[in-house]
Amino acid sequence: MDSNEYILECHGLSKAFAGTKALTEVDMMIRPGTVHALMGENGAGKSTLMKCIIGLLEQDTGTITFEGQPYKVKNPAEAALKGVSMVHQELNVEPYLTIAENIFLHREDVRGPFLDKKATLKKAQALLDEFKFGMPAKTEMQNLPLAKAQMVEIIKAVSQNARLIIMDEPTSSLDSEETEHLFQTIRDLKAQGKTIVYISHRMEEIFQICDDYTVFRDGHSVGCGRVADITTADLVTQMVGREVKNIFPKVDCAIGEVELEVKNLTGKGFKDISFQVHKGEILGLTGLVGAGRSETVSAIFGLLPPTSGEILLEGKEIKNKSTTQAIAHGIAMVNEDRKQYGLCLMRSLRENISLPNLKSRQRGLLLNKKREKEECAQYAKEMTVKSAGLEIEALSLSGGNQQKVVLAKWLMANPKVLILDEPTRGVDVGAKAEIHTQICKLAARGIAIIMISSELPEIMGMSDRILVYHEGKLNGEILRRDILSGVVTQETILAKEFGQ
Amino acid sequence: MNSLSKKGNRLGMDQTDLSLLMRRYGIGLVLVAMCIFLMIATPNFTKASNLLSILNSVAVNGCIAFGMCVVITGGGIDLSVGSMLALGSVMIGKMLDATGSNLIACIVCIAVCTFFGLINGLLLAKFELFPFVVTLATQLSIRGIGYLISGGYSQGLTNVSFTNIGIGKTLGIPNAVFFLTAILIITYILMHRTKFGRYDYAVGGNKAAATASGVPVFWTIAGSYVFSGFCTGVAAVLMSARINAAQPNIGIGYETDAIAACVIGGTSFAGGISTTPGCLIGILMIGVIYNGMNLLGVNSYWQTILKGLLILLALLLDKFMNKKH
Repeated sequence: MDSNEYILECHGLSKAFAGTKALTEVDMMIRPGTVHALMGENGAGKSTLMKCIIGLLEQDTGTITFEGQPYKVKNPAEAALKGVSMVHQELNVEPYLTIAENIFLHREDVRGPFLDKKATLKKAQALLDEFKFGMPAKTEMQNLPLAKAQMVEIIKAVSQNARLIIMDEPTSSLDSEETEHLFQTIRDLKAQGKTIVYISHRMEEIFQICDDYTVFRDGHSVGCGRVADITTADLVTQMVGREVKNIFPKVDCAIGEVELEVKNLTGKGFKDISFQVHKGEILGLTGLVGAGRSETVSAIFGLLPPTSGEILLEGKEIKNKSTTQAIAHGIAMVNEDRKQYGLCLMRSLRENISLPNLKSRQRGLLLNKKREKEECAQYAKEMTVKSAGLEIEALSLSGGNQQKVVLAKWLMANPKVLILDEPTRGVDVGAKAEIHTQICKLAARGIAIIMISSELPEIMGMSDRILVYHEGKLNGEILRRDILSGVVTQETILAKEFGQ
Repeated sequence: MNSLSKKGNRLGMDQTDLSLLMRRYGIGLVLVAMCIFLMIATPNFTKASNLLSILNSVAVNGCIAFGMCVVITGGGIDLSVGSMLALGSVMIGKMLDATGSNLIACIVCIAVCTFFGLINGLLLAKFELFPFVVTLATQLSIRGIGYLISGGYSQGLTNVSFTNIGIGKTLGIPNAVFFLTAILIITYILMHRTKFGRYDYAVGGNKAAATASGVPVFWTIAGSYVFSGFCTGVAAVLMSARINAAQPNIGIGYETDAIAACVIGGTSFAGGISTTPGCLIGILMIGVIYNGMNLLGVNSYWQTILKGLLILLALLLDKFMNKKH
């Protein structure tokens, strides 16, 4: 075998945490100058393997070879020296330093004991220009949009002469345009001979950008090959180890009268929005990131009150100046940022589930703990939360299970209107289907559901009706029957999102 | 797939319960170890009178620490407690002079401290400032008010029945121990049995998530400081009675011991994690450290050094145990 056939080879890698095997005899080969997709459900072992490669963890057994040499690093800095860098999903940037200072952190130019800021700035600017970055290198990092900040991380990796760049779900917070720009950058890097390891949950991206793939399941590498030789269905089957027939098990249910109506709602990021949601209906809101979808529902939920317009619940006007008021009116919202707005991660599942629901579960001034426990257990069971009891911390659950806890919390609040903002973000394929099933069940109970999703297949598969946002305004309504009949396709909706 | 077998589930619960218990109260084992060491080293340690004297000696710091625990749990910190203690003491002197009534003096003292707790709380809840800096500022101002009202002079309390609150005994147990127990019980019920306590944990753990869950964040934060003020007020009554004086210069550095008790007891400085029994363990530990070193004849300079080292040790131990699980 030609030793140059692979830039990175992992052989028989195993890693266990306190007896639980996170990786078992994993093999992975990456060809130089390719984009290599790493696929698998959450907890399949992708992150553990990447951490071993960049030196955040040390494998128990197994070997890694990089560019034909045995490769062993103790920390990410050492990995970067050897030519391996990683762009994390949650970016590691210093917000109050400039772009230049971020790129050359720990590698500053010095003249004697002093910083040579000019030299650093000049070098950084040259790099930025090379990538057609379009912003001065002295801009403070905190003023950059997320997509740009991510690009800085990539440029930083390149400046460290990285030959292998690992990208962990780089598009999870990007809109379509930014994603396309990122893909162009990836293609450019590839043309320069760089190798990219690309981790993503989005199937369509894999087929767009990747050459090879390796699939992980339960800590094993279960399949690898060329992307050109495989279909989405094959990949999904390999990832879950069973066939997922219907990813969006939408069950049609009776749609009742109007539950919530907004009239000419206007606020920061959205203008003149009017729509109705009926009992038992799933109303999908879609559009590019920043088109005003999340802002609208935040206004309805009282997080960011609107500047003008009306909100009517069962025909009566309501004002939600705070979330407390919105909840009292029977409106609940699952936020898109689960870690920030969804859960208190270090508190128990029970405390998280009952948090908005304590008022009606008191005996005098004290909490009725017995009732709380029973009800939380009941709702957790209903949402099929898998955990060792309700007293463990939310932190220890997987993303999918955490999201089910958030749903259980709002189910216990017995809402009339349930707002779901990106309910399956960062959730693996198996748990995704379960969450979709639960959403349908909630609709069947007569809850009016507003669901936001950037994933078109999800929004098309789940919604009774879809409203498309474009730059803060509504740009079209799509009915389920038109989707089912094929009159409306993903392309139609995308065109509306872009304002056509 | 959805539900584990019943037995497996129960077994799993037991394991997590045990590890949770270790994580929360593991520091208690250190306290037990210290007590055993002192039992062997100094036979006087286990005498009932000595044990009661430990409880008596921690009463003032204990009351403040429980209030502090509630504040830190909510994501804050209260550096103004020492000054409040002094102001409370000054108020007692003035009130005893003016009315001669113990009850009125105590009520006014506690009310004034609670009021300044409310000021702290409203400032922090309304303007989202850093608690460290805000309470540092109010610490100075409250101390100043104490000096202003007292004219800077210490005033002896001649009222024997008042002094009795601090140094008297009921059924052979120092009165101060009853006060500490009362604050302990109130804190426990507040934190573990009421809506407020749950909200406090949620706000300290993740303010954004608490807001998005409809928790009244404003009143929760304000409430935690009000409670700290209340507890400090009670401590001020005990302290004044004990030193038999109304003094504007007492309580300097008392926030340190209170914070130390919380931290030793497993209260997370980041907020959201604490237990009332843990805090009690922290309070007792500080008392045992002082008492034990006195019995062993360690000089007071060394006592301060060792106390600092023991706090560090407790933190490292806690970190180590948390990592293991």
